[in-house]
Amino acid sequence: MIVYILKRLAIAIPTLLTLIIASFVLMHVAPGGPFTAERAVPPEVLANLNAKYGLDQPLWKQIGTYLWNVVAHFDFGPSFTYKDRSVNDIIAQGFPVTLTYGFLSFITAVLVGVSLGVTAAIKRNSWLDYLAVGISIGAQVLPNFVMAPILVLIFTLALHWLPGGGWSFDDPRFWIMPVIALSTSYMASIARITRSSMLETLSSNHIRTARAKGLPKRKIILRHALKPALLPVISYLGPAFVSMITGSVIVDVYFTTGGIGKSFVDSALNRDYAVMMGITILLGTLTILFNLVVDIIYGWIDPKIRY
Amino acid sequence: MKSIAAISALALMLGSAAPVLAQSSHVPEGTKLAANQTFTYWMQDDLKTLDPDLNTSKDGNDVLHQLFEGLYDQDAEGNLVPALATSFDVSDDKMTYTFHLREGAKWSNGDPVTAQDFVYAWQRLANPNTASDYAWYMELMQVKNAHDVIAGEKPLTDLGVKAIDDMTLEVQLETPIPYFRQMLVNSSTFPVPQKVVEKFGSEWTKPENMVSNGAYNLKSWKIGESIELVKSDSYWDAANTTLTDLKFVPITDLNQALTRYEAGELDFVQTPAGQYPRLKDEYPDQAFAPPRSCSYSYIFNVGDSGPEALKDVRVRKALSYAINRDIIVDKILKGGQKPAYSWTHWATAGFTMPETDYSTMTQDERMAKAKELLKEAGYGPENPLKLRLMYNTSSDHKKLAIAVQQFWKPLGIDVTLENYEWKVYLEKQQQHDFDISRYGWCADYNEPSTYLDVLTSWSDQDVGEWKDPAYDALLKDSKTAADPQADYTKAEQILAEQMPLAPVYHYSLPMLLNSQIKGYPFENVELNWYAKNMYRTAK
Repeated sequence: MIVYILKRLAIAIPTLLTLIIASFVLMHVAPGGPFTAERAVPPEVLANLNAKYGLDQPLWKQIGTYLWNVVAHFDFGPSFTYKDRSVNDIIAQGFPVTLTYGFLSFITAVLVGVSLGVTAAIKRNSWLDYLAVGISIGAQVLPNFVMAPILVLIFTLALHWLPGGGWSFDDPRFWIMPVIALSTSYMASIARITRSSMLETLSSNHIRTARAKGLPKRKIILRHALKPALLPVISYLGPAFVSMITGSVIVDVYFTTGGIGKSFVDSALNRDYAVMMGITILLGTLTILFNLVVDIIYGWIDPKIRY
Repeated sequence: MKSIAAISALALMLGSAAPVLAQSSHVPEGTKLAANQTFTYWMQDDLKTLDPDLNTSKDGNDVLHQLFEGLYDQDAEGNLVPALATSFDVSDDKMTYTFHLREGAKWSNGDPVTAQDFVYAWQRLANPNTASDYAWYMELMQVKNAHDVIAGEKPLTDLGVKAIDDMTLEVQLETPIPYFRQMLVNSSTFPVPQKVVEKFGSEWTKPENMVSNGAYNLKSWKIGESIELVKSDSYWDAANTTLTDLKFVPITDLNQALTRYEAGELDFVQTPAGQYPRLKDEYPDQAFAPPRSCSYSYIFNVGDSGPEALKDVRVRKALSYAINRDIIVDKILKGGQKPAYSWTHWATAGFTMPETDYSTMTQDERMAKAKELLKEAGYGPENPLKLRLMYNTSSDHKKLAIAVQQFWKPLGIDVTLENYEWKVYLEKQQQHDFDISRYGWCADYNEPSTYLDVLTSWSDQDVGEWKDPAYDALLKDSKTAADPQADYTKAEQILAEQMPLAPVYHYSLPMLLNSQIKGYPFENVELNWYAKNMYRTAK
């Protein structure tokens, strides 16, 4: 097991390196640069800017310097757009926000999604099944950029219960709408995967055996059916977890949370090379890490899988 | 017991409302002030910096006007009022300005504000190591040696700004410009605290480090969420400052900003395009559309990389004449904008719109003239003209581009619309890779040359590559003329004759402002507002 984990971590290094170099090159190929402004800056000013941010160096040298700073000093450099902030600063400020509403969304999506899916599978073809499937399809087809304004209309303008945007770590009222908007479509996917996988498990041999033994229904489902039925759900949860905790640009933009989802998209539009690289590396590392975690959980749940 | 509680509650209510009221000179007597003196202001994007020497945006300028104080402020009509410069002398050749600074002005750490703080800030703005996008503002102000200092060819000390003593600042110019003092309202000219900047480097603008000299101090700045300011007690005129807490909230989507306004979370928003008439009906006491000094145009590429047809002035004129500006303003934008037949915004100080031949015609006459001109140039239904029209991706620009495409159709012109993401659009514009491009400009200061200089041959903004020696001569002359207005009129007439760009409309700022907020400067075309002059009345 340990050897397996170490092996996977060793493979992660060239993967990340490829990711970094590819993003770096692609970004510089895109037309327009960080200092392309509506008001064309005079050549002497542009020269000063390029010199300050090292853009006057050849590309290979820029990549080299960048990698060295990241590896040796864990320094992702200054932002090209936010002049008084470093990339570390921006991530340190925005990531806790997205982590908070992302993690809560994950919990919500898993709890509600799995419950819906299991209920639907057990009560197959009953009204409960139709209701659960209906809810999950509805949630799936309702994109969050439609849902966010509807939530605000209901909870802010009509009922005056929740603030229409902004963020506070001390006041949970700011968290509710972002969590609903982000978790709904994941919840729907989890419900669908759980339902179909549960149905498959329920018709498998070992469940029939358990039934034949006369075990109580509750025990059969919780003890014997749920664990194998969750395997496909878990492989979905790994990437879903990463994409939830790194936020959603829609949620960040619509609820002005200050999370890094918006920073990521803005950095691409502003050609803020440094912030974009920083968040790309963060996303890449988390994705690799959680894929590994999922594989470890797999081995723990399913005795058939051994590394 | 009950009565005591009632009395103390009453005292509390009075106590919270009364004290500020008695002191401030901005608040008319008898005004009932709100207990919470807060103002929450919407911005389209978050600020890129809070460093006056690095700022480039209008929103940044608005925030910096509250945090810092420069030599001059503007009053509600946009006239200069002394801020830190209580008086000034100017030499006979108008090349040397001497400013006498206000005694008793302090930084928020208690240090006095001195002339040296200005010298440091201006040198820092021009310093190649600072690499400020706005370093060219020093060149625009004609400060002596600005160009060479920015290019690193002369030392910082050669920049034409000196501290004669703690309270006297001397500025030397390269060419006398009549609007020099107007330019000092811009936050790029504000002093910065040398000790603090040198101690913290680029982190000096963080809330825990920042020292400023304005009516407000920085409380917090969460990127993408909000910027909060709180009243400064060390400000020299703190006794007359009524609003205590300012909050700036960045919301990109105007419709969402409107929702937040309607929920009572914002005191100010810009209204989404086309919605102003409905909102004016719904909130008659909150909807306003003051002029805003920006112009919208379509610029023609007359350079080598542009199409042959646009080098013909008759074609350019035909294209411009055929644009039905009234439809654009009255049917599409609907927010107090005005049709433009001049490049300079109509409300610019000291500017009267000159009569040009196309500004006085009816649209039918213009259309007839356009057809005639195009025919003369050799284009028409049998020889159709094919052109590309470029704009940056946005639903509002798209609406206008589609309208213009329709206006040009009867002339037999086949226009392809091309939209690009912002940075690509800018790069194409600056590399002259377009036929016709949407082109906007906002005033840097309230004077016609801020628009007209853009089209001179020495401007860095030579998007359309149009050049005209007579036009250049007029703008050179305007810098020293006793009455520059005559030059500006002639320059606008040349633009109407040569049509390097087709002016489309002059901006307004269609907005909603909470009716409790008083003192917003609607008459100031630059819309520079100072929270220290504003207040919030009780409901």
